[in-house]
Amino acid sequence: MNPVIELDGLEVRFGGRPILNRLKASLTGRSVGLLGPNGAGKSTLLNTLLGFHRPSAGTARIFGRDVRTEARAVRSLIGYMPENDSFIANMTGVRFVRLMAELAGLPREAALERAHEAFFYVGLGEVRYRALGTYSLGMKQAAKLAQAIAHGPKLLFLDEPTNGLDPPARLRMINLIQEIRDRGDLHLIVSSHLLRDVEECCDQVLILKNGNIAAFCNLEEERRANKRFLEMETRGETNGTFLAAMEKMGCETAPGAQGRLKVVLPDGLEVRRLYELAVEQNVQIRRLNHRRDSLEDIFLKAMESGGEVRNGSL
Amino acid sequence: MAVYKKTYRPYEGVLTASWRRLLVIPKYAFEDLRRSRFLTIFYIASFIYPLICALIIYVQHNASALKLINAEGAQRMISINVPFYMGFLGWQSMLALFLAAFIGPGQISPDLANNALSLYLARPFSRAEYVIGKMLVLVILLSLMTWIPGLLLFGLEGYLEGWDWMTTNSKIAAGLFFGSWVWIPVLCLLALALSAWVKWKPAAGGLIFGVIFVGQAFGAVVNHIQRTSWGYLFDINYLVGSIWLRLFEGDNPTTTGAVFFRASMGPDGTAPPIWCSWMLLGLGGLVCLYMLRKKIRGAEVVR
Repeated sequence: MNPVIELDGLEVRFGGRPILNRLKASLTGRSVGLLGPNGAGKSTLLNTLLGFHRPSAGTARIFGRDVRTEARAVRSLIGYMPENDSFIANMTGVRFVRLMAELAGLPREAALERAHEAFFYVGLGEVRYRALGTYSLGMKQAAKLAQAIAHGPKLLFLDEPTNGLDPPARLRMINLIQEIRDRGDLHLIVSSHLLRDVEECCDQVLILKNGNIAAFCNLEEERRANKRFLEMETRGETNGTFLAAMEKMGCETAPGAQGRLKVVLPDGLEVRRLYELAVEQNVQIRRLNHRRDSLEDIFLKAMESGGEVRNGSL
Repeated sequence: MAVYKKTYRPYEGVLTASWRRLLVIPKYAFEDLRRSRFLTIFYIASFIYPLICALIIYVQHNASALKLINAEGAQRMISINVPFYMGFLGWQSMLALFLAAFIGPGQISPDLANNALSLYLARPFSRAEYVIGKMLVLVILLSLMTWIPGLLLFGLEGYLEGWDWMTTNSKIAAGLFFGSWVWIPVLCLLALALSAWVKWKPAAGGLIFGVIFVGQAFGAVVNHIQRTSWGYLFDINYLVGSIWLRLFEGDNPTTTGAVFFRASMGPDGTAPPIWCSWMLLGLGGLVCLYMLRKKIRGAEVVR
């Protein structure tokens, strides 16, 4: 698969201090999460990809185009929703989005049409003629999303998209992002420090720490792999026979105290078969969990490791 | 697609040429300016003087009209010559200063205050294009006040006087055109640079006047105390006026320049050389560009 973003030894320094430290990665996912604690370099990476910061070494490519030498072509492919409040206060919502779409190169009529569409799409259709300065925080976030998608980009940068939103507004924003992702027309880069947002919206995660890549994983594969890993609590007289029967089916087992078992299922074996086996062996399965590494586990491991994954490729 | 479908779809239509995107900023700025009644009235009022000048030129060449108002001797009172056009340029340029002080501060500071620059510059739109787009707002308005009516007046006089007058006085046309193009960039760069650095619009507008008039006063004080003419180098009006004088009259001027833009001799009977005027205006322009370069960024770097 052609990479959406390639980081090729990308280094950014401010005042001699490295902010991004020779990052090397190739991101191919439909929706990639950028995770990291404050100051990890998430926003700097986005800003560098947008051409706001000049790399001091290395480069980055978006859809094969160099962000340094082909900045204009790169920007024409991108929609950007910044982290902080960014708008023109005395403009109406629809006029603002129209201005942004015209600057992206849409003709006047098309820009107006798409500004209206974008506003309806993000759920602000009724307030599109109100001045942006009068919008609530949630409405401003949605308006920022509207301006980012109005010109039909191929890659969407969302920097902390749920920042400051109350739970219902956050849910609406997450639903919108998921819908955009699932349509498959564009790729998403979601920068956030909220693990749940990234978990719900992304299929790949790049975790940054102190300007280095601390972890790089495919959440889908992690989820799929962890579905084979079970934790079980059983009650019955013939646990030993039950274990042997499971191992005969190809499972790896590890018995614990008080009837607890850890089981790794072989490929092709359904969980249903374990229940059938338990009935045959007269064993009660009182609890059965898929023990999956949550994104939180992956993130904490990355933060604790202190190691650097210099090369990330999925 | 109907808006009620509420779905995202990619854009697959044509895109405009990049030079046309430069005109997007002035288009939206003019729509905003039109909403201000004060600015609209001020701008319309700025055409009163050119209309009066046109009327004078017309009446000068219309003996029956002069006879009608019993002013047959008026032809001798007002001459359509270099001082006439320099006076026109002086008046209009002073009005241009006021206009730039009113609308200039509102060009960049709102974008900076609302963090909108990251949105402009995340598009296929460079920092230079942003500044040029903002500058075009002022350039178009100031051109309509200065060299465009100036050349129309020159054309009117030439039409009434004949081709010979036009060729003999071609320096006037060049003076009007190039003289305006000395003043307009100075005003635009100053207004935009102060708009980028001073977020409070009234303060930025006041600073434009401050740079012009405080510099003038300071220069006069230096000249008076030191009995020199080098104090003029602090006076932007003098610098511009001295260049105008060369453009209109060449190396041997017979007047002291345009109203508000006098280029008289200093108390010691000398004047700074003309290259000083060019150099200082150029230097000022570079300083303004540097100020803009520091502020017009997609993302602020906190070191």
